[in-house]
Amino acid sequence: MTLTGERSAQPVGARSMRQSPSWRHGGPAWGRWTHDVTSLPVLVGLLVLALVFQALNPNFLTADNLVNLTLQSAVTGVVTLGVVLVLLVGQIDLSVGAVSGLSAAVVAVGFVQQGWPLAVSVIAAVVLGAVVGAIYGWLYTRLGVPSFVITLAGLLVSLGLQIQVLGATGSVNLPYESWLVRFGQRTFLHPGVAYAAVAAVVLAYAASRVVERVRRSRAELPTASWGVIAGRSGLLAVLLLVPTWYLNTNRGIGASVALFLGLVAVTDFLLRRTRWGRSVRAVGSNPVSARKAGLPVARVYVTAFTACTALAALGGVLSVGRLAAANQGTGGSDLNLTAIAAAVIGGTSLFGGRGSAWSAVLGALVIHSIASGLTLLNLDASARYVVTGVVLGLAVTIDAVSRRGRVLVGT
Amino acid sequence: MSTGTVAGAEKGTARRAPLVALRGVTHSFGAVRALVDVDLDVHAREVVAVVGDNGAGKSTLAAVVAGALVPDAGEVVVDGDEVALTSPAEARRLGIAMAFQDLALCDDLDIVENIFLGQELRRGGVLDEVAMESEAERLLASLAARVPSVRAPVAALSGGQRQAVAIARSLLGDPRVLVLDEPTAALGVTQTAEVLNIVERVRDQGHGVLLVSHSMTDVQAVADRIVVLRRGRLNGVFDASRTGYEDIIAAITGVGPGLRRGGERS
Repeated sequence: MTLTGERSAQPVGARSMRQSPSWRHGGPAWGRWTHDVTSLPVLVGLLVLALVFQALNPNFLTADNLVNLTLQSAVTGVVTLGVVLVLLVGQIDLSVGAVSGLSAAVVAVGFVQQGWPLAVSVIAAVVLGAVVGAIYGWLYTRLGVPSFVITLAGLLVSLGLQIQVLGATGSVNLPYESWLVRFGQRTFLHPGVAYAAVAAVVLAYAASRVVERVRRSRAELPTASWGVIAGRSGLLAVLLLVPTWYLNTNRGIGASVALFLGLVAVTDFLLRRTRWGRSVRAVGSNPVSARKAGLPVARVYVTAFTACTALAALGGVLSVGRLAAANQGTGGSDLNLTAIAAAVIGGTSLFGGRGSAWSAVLGALVIHSIASGLTLLNLDASARYVVTGVVLGLAVTIDAVSRRGRVLVGT
Repeated sequence: MSTGTVAGAEKGTARRAPLVALRGVTHSFGAVRALVDVDLDVHAREVVAVVGDNGAGKSTLAAVVAGALVPDAGEVVVDGDEVALTSPAEARRLGIAMAFQDLALCDDLDIVENIFLGQELRRGGVLDEVAMESEAERLLASLAARVPSVRAPVAALSGGQRQAVAIARSLLGDPRVLVLDEPTAALGVTQTAEVLNIVERVRDQGHGVLLVSHSMTDVQAVADRIVVLRRGRLNGVFDASRTGYEDIIAAITGVGPGLRRGGERS
């Protein structure tokens, strides 16, 4: 592996250079694939979890259980996606659970007790969430209060507001026929739509790779071979088609799952292909350098905090749809911890600057695989906390060790 | 260009207009007079080294040229016109770029991303990685900088390679004058040689280079003219090829034999 070190250094532009740039940017794929596939440990972990739980209880990999698992993951995943953004800029938001709980309360009370149209309640809840994040961003960038403390304060305030909004009963049920509940519980993509979406994604992926390859070869940059492009596109097709087919043997792909995956895809695109995304990673990596490079550092922080709490609020809305109720426990400490744990388990660094939107998907799947597997084994929350905690510890250790490795190599 | 023993002027540089010139620049930080009535010229295709003891005003001088600091008094002249360098961005617009002493790189970003940070090329609103990668390759090749891959994260680079990336970044947009503040501090022997090579290449491409350094060996290796600062005042401008080490040390410290007091203006 000619990753690093001066001994392997080549003059730029020499023929021998033409093998290493990463696939991520349209170059050849396999030169430094370990660098690109930071999600490899979690993929292996997910596979091991699936095999172990399946061995212990043959119901684990049934289509019915997996459909439930994806529905649960979607709610956590939306919240996790926001946490990923905040971690990428090198900050933390400890209040995502409380904000999602507050948002759930606003939706339920607004719709059921105040008689607002459901759409208005949903929008109000998400906007309220965004405002909370904007306040965090303002406090952090203007007054320099550490995000750890701001969001801890935000957690308490949101929790208090949630109880206040829910009022004396402490629990509000939504009618089953409201569209939010139908969306969360009973709306699944028509198999035809699901397969069409898979086909569209694979075609778009292959097309973008081909365009990239043509442009790179015109610019005389190293290119991926046609075989690799075809192979990768084929692999993507298989990776998407198999789960789609398997889930469709049962209820299929839930609407909330599709929404979650869509949000992840959009976020991933923004992070990798826009100036804003580049700024997010730069600020998380080194805010001082980012400022010297002329990036709008304060604005990047504010957008990350705002997007995080807005997504947390959206997660709260989805949980109302899924559970058809909001109560004092919605988005409690459980969601708070699992969302942050999922982001780190999925491969986003706690130290900022490194991570991907897809880590929300992987992390949420790991967390809920553990929960689902242990439930099937008739183990209660205590076992779930312990196992999740161990997995989180493992993920953070991998993160810290890989960071130390990079620092050592860098000197 | 000051009076006295300005040997470099005879090489013909004086006949051309300087790209950047400081005239009577004075600046104080509170009670500390960092620069006092300093004159300085930087021509195209020339490395001007600024040397001096700690606290002599070297970095202040570099900051003034790069627009990071507006002096209390004196003029900055670019292409014969007096200008107000109120910000690094304004200096860039006028063709003066600076590589920061701390490099200002982001470790988690790769070389291309670092070079274009804050100045990304776009195509239809989306980052144009192909154009940026080509340009990064071209810049680094023009500096003969050796890196494992332009897509390697900066964390994986040696000190010299990081310096090369920082210089390549400051060369974006083809500035005419490049200000380098202590580019070889904290580098080993080989890496220092690599960076000095790069400095020479930048000069040979036609850029003017203002090199702030306190390493006499570096300065003698690449500089065409050597400007000595002492306690904020100009204490001599020397032709690097005709001046001995002792003379410059004498000008820096203000003592010793053979002292040629060129720049001290009373």
